[in-house]
Order: sequence, then structure tokens, then C-alpha cells
Amino acid sequence: MSIISTEKLTRSFGAFTAVNAITFDVKEGEIFGFLGANGAGKTTALKMLTGLLAPTSGKAMVAGYDVWREPEQVKRRIGYMSQRFSLYEDLTIRENIRLFGGIYGLRLADIKTKTARLLEKLALEADADKLVGALPLGWKQKLAFSVALLHEPRIVFLDEPTSGVDPLTRRQFWELIYEAAHIGVTLMVTTHFMEEAEYCGRVSMMVDGRIEALDTPRNLKTQYDAKNMDEVFRKIARG
Amino acid sequence: MSQIILENISKSYGPLLAAQDISFEVSKGEIFGLIGPDGAGKTTLFRILATLLLADSGTARICGLDCVKEYRQIRKIIGYMPGRFSLYQDLTVEENLEFFAAVFGSSIKANYDLIAPIYVQIEPFKNRRAGALSGGMKQKLALCCALIHKPEVLFLDEPGTGVDPVSRQEFWEMLASLRAHGITMLVSTPNMDEAELCDRVALLQKGKIMAIDTPKGITSGFKSPLLAVRSVDMYQLIKDLRDMEGVADCYAFGEYAHLKFRESTTLSLTLTNEILAFLNAKNHQNIEIKPVQATIEDCFIEFIKH
Repeated sequence: MSIISTEKLTRSFGAFTAVNAITFDVKEGEIFGFLGANGAGKTTALKMLTGLLAPTSGKAMVAGYDVWREPEQVKRRIGYMSQRFSLYEDLTIRENIRLFGGIYGLRLADIKTKTARLLEKLALEADADKLVGALPLGWKQKLAFSVALLHEPRIVFLDEPTSGVDPLTRRQFWELIYEAAHIGVTLMVTTHFMEEAEYCGRVSMMVDGRIEALDTPRNLKTQYDAKNMDEVFRKIARG
Repeated sequence: MSQIILENISKSYGPLLAAQDISFEVSKGEIFGLIGPDGAGKTTLFRILATLLLADSGTARICGLDCVKEYRQIRKIIGYMPGRFSLYQDLTVEENLEFFAAVFGSSIKANYDLIAPIYVQIEPFKNRRAGALSGGMKQKLALCCALIHKPEVLFLDEPGTGVDPVSRQEFWEMLASLRAHGITMLVSTPNMDEAELCDRVALLQKGKIMAIDTPKGITSGFKSPLLAVRSVDMYQLIKDLRDMEGVADCYAFGEYAHLKFRESTTLSLTLTNEILAFLNAKNHQNIEIKPVQATIEDCFIEFIKH
């Protein structure tokens, strides 16, 4: 079943077409890499898929709702995590969980149970009342991802989730992502780092507002006769 | 002679040890990489070498000059491209370049040859404000500004961060061409795959150097037999393989999982068949197993774990 389904999704800003009639589907439980060069239209496309920006034309269904007609329903069913902004550094771990739980309309009793479960899973019980700003980057990312899953969204958008962390922490993070996909959560990953792209089930490549290629990393490497995704990216983006 | 010499440099911020007893040397014309994640101490080392920060102990010298006593002379002969974009966003491309040339008592004309291959790519936008440039173009401008006084030594702090793979590759090509001018380069990155583009690298973690060598030298130090394995369910595959007899480690690696055996193990068809039987018994589908060369990333993981 498709969790994201777009049909000729388009967005223009004046004479400039940032997203040009893109049509693609993402399956439930899939780890989907959404790639493209700077200025290719990724951010605009993501804003439409998360209900933050109305399309100029075309259609997109996310988690069963139309992003143009029912953006609020879409927002309730998605999670979002970015390296740049995810948690409040000057709030404690517990406070952050409570804040995001509240924003997504969870009941206080639910928040309490979920907080306990989350802290246990990440082995952060002893640090629950420490400020998030004091945590190492890798822990912040694991926590941010877990908080993005708190309201049990059907799809989570991840923006460069593991850039800047050491290779071991990156693995631990990807295991959390695999685990989420294993229970049916869909993960949409945007990144500039082709290392992250290699972990995705399928990836799409945007060039000048269009989706130029969409396949498994393996098939793309064969099709473009490339030894890694970096080379695939360069071959597609350079035309 | 070495252009950059660090001897036992240490620096802490309160309880945080940002650099612990760091020593290395970089020779003229070499591209030396500081490879490590955020918080490894890369920026601290750049700031000490760029004479912007005092070390707690140890000495650092650039072209024979002491980073503390002779900081004024050093500032004239180094170029520094910080991790955060630090040009004037409200000046145009050309104004930024003119400004940095003037600060060093030079002009765009005087060293145009050096920056020309890079500058021609952004020259069509020379009247655009720096703040309105794309990530890749901002970087090219920043590099031009760091080069406009023809420095002996160039410091590049995470030039690959925030730019797409096309701009990143172009950037590395430019660095390679600067080598022909005899410029010594110290460049940092959290991306292990960029290590291979350096002549030598130091692997950094939590303020400590774990290894210094050529990229080849580092990967040839990886002695454990390594296999790449995949199946349809990667999550379950990694979990299962960790329980297998003789397995030292198993972790995701792109579309494969890397399976590391104890050093005493020899790779053989028998072993491959054993793994295949083990995975078949656990109902894995479309299993693929192949021997693989360790990368810098495999080495980094091994260093962290020990």
C-alpha cells in the first residue's frame, strides 16, 4: 500500500517552477531516500508533502489525506526530525518529551507511559532531568528520532539525520530506523550524504524540479555504471 | 621541511578535553586530512593553528613560526576557511574578494592567476550579494577569499558540509590543483569517504588521535577477515549474524551489512557455506555474501571500539 502518492505535483513561485509535475509513490514501511542537488526542489516538495505549502497544481496524498485540502490531518500523522532543529536544548529530556507529546495532543497519562518506555529503551533513565543541550550529538539524534515517533506517526521525515556523527553512532541510529521500518513506519530521508542514501530501500533523484531517477541504490548503480551513490548522483546531476 | 608542526598540543574547555596531546607534522604541498565526527576537536586545532585560540600546553609552528609568539607573521601567510560561512553576506561577490585582498595589502589583480580556475565559475555572479549565493557558490567564494593573498598554508574546516556531491567533488578537484602551487593544506571532514582524497590523514575522536597514516596505510592495518552480506530483511539479518559463532562484529554498511570475524579466522568457501546455511535456517531470502576490503570507516569503527 502507498503511504505517499503524488500525481503531477507542481509548485511555482512566479515564473520559476520549483517542483515540476512530479509523480511517485512510497510504500508503507519503506525507507525512501529523497535526493537532489542544492536548489533542485527537494525542500519545496517536502514542504508540500508535510502540509506546509500548498501545491500550484497536481495532487499529493500522504497517510490517506490530501495535502492541499486536509493539511492539518496530514501534519497529525507525520513525524519530523532534522539535524538543525529537533529538540529544545534548554529543556530537559523529560520536558522535551512532554512538550512534543502535548503538541501532538497526547493525554498526560499516555505521555507518562511513553516517556518511561522511551527512556528505558534508550537507557537514559538516569539522565531524564538533564538539559538536552548537555547531551552528546549522537544521543540528541537518537532522542530526537524517538520523540518524532512518540505520537505513532505513519511516516517520519528525516532531514540529514546522521551527518556529523561518528560511524559507530551512525550505525546505532540506522538500527533505530530499520527497527521503525520493521514495524511498518515509513521513513523519508533527505540528505546530501550518499552514504546515508546507500541505506535506503529506494531513492529518488531530483534535478531542476523533476524526478530524474527513482530506483533501488543497487539498480541505480548498475544503470549508471557507478561504483557508489556519490557517482550516481554526480552523473545524474551533471546530466 | 614540515610546514605545520604540532607538538603535544592540549586544550580543554572546563571539564571537556577538546585536544589531548596532539602531535603531527604536515609537509609542503601535502593535503592532510583531520577526519572525525562533530566534537572530535577538529575546529579547536584549526583555531589554535590560525592563532585565534591559545593551547593549554604544547607548541604549534607554521613555516617555522611559533603560533603564540609570532602570530602576526603567521596571519599573513595562512588562509583560513572556517566551517561556518563567514564572508559578508551584504557585500557582493566582487566586494568580498576586494575587501579580503585589501586587508592583506594585496589586490585581486596581483594573485588572479591563483584563484582564476575557481573564480571564473562565480564571476558571472560577481554583482550578486554573497548572502544570495547557493551553498556550492558560497564555498567557492570563501575559498577565493582565503586564497587571495597567496597563503603558504591553507586551513579548510569542513568544506564538504552543507553542499551536494557535485559541488563537493568540484571542491576537492580544486584542492588537488592548488597542490601544484605548493600550497600546504589541512582539511577537516566528518565524512570517512573523503579521507581517501587526502595524502595523509589523522583519525580523531574525542580530542585524541587514533591513527595517522596514508589512507592505504590505515586500511591495510585492518587484519580481521571481512565479508559483505545482504538479504531482504536487513534489520533481522544484522541481529541474527551477531549471534553466529566466530563473529566479532556485524554492522550496517550501505546496502550491505559488514560481517567481521576474529583475526584467526580464514575466509573460505566452507565459511561462506556455513553462513549461508545459518541464514537459510533463519529463513532469510535473496542472500548474497562476498569478501570485501575494509574502508577507512571500518577502521574508524574498530578504533572506537578498542
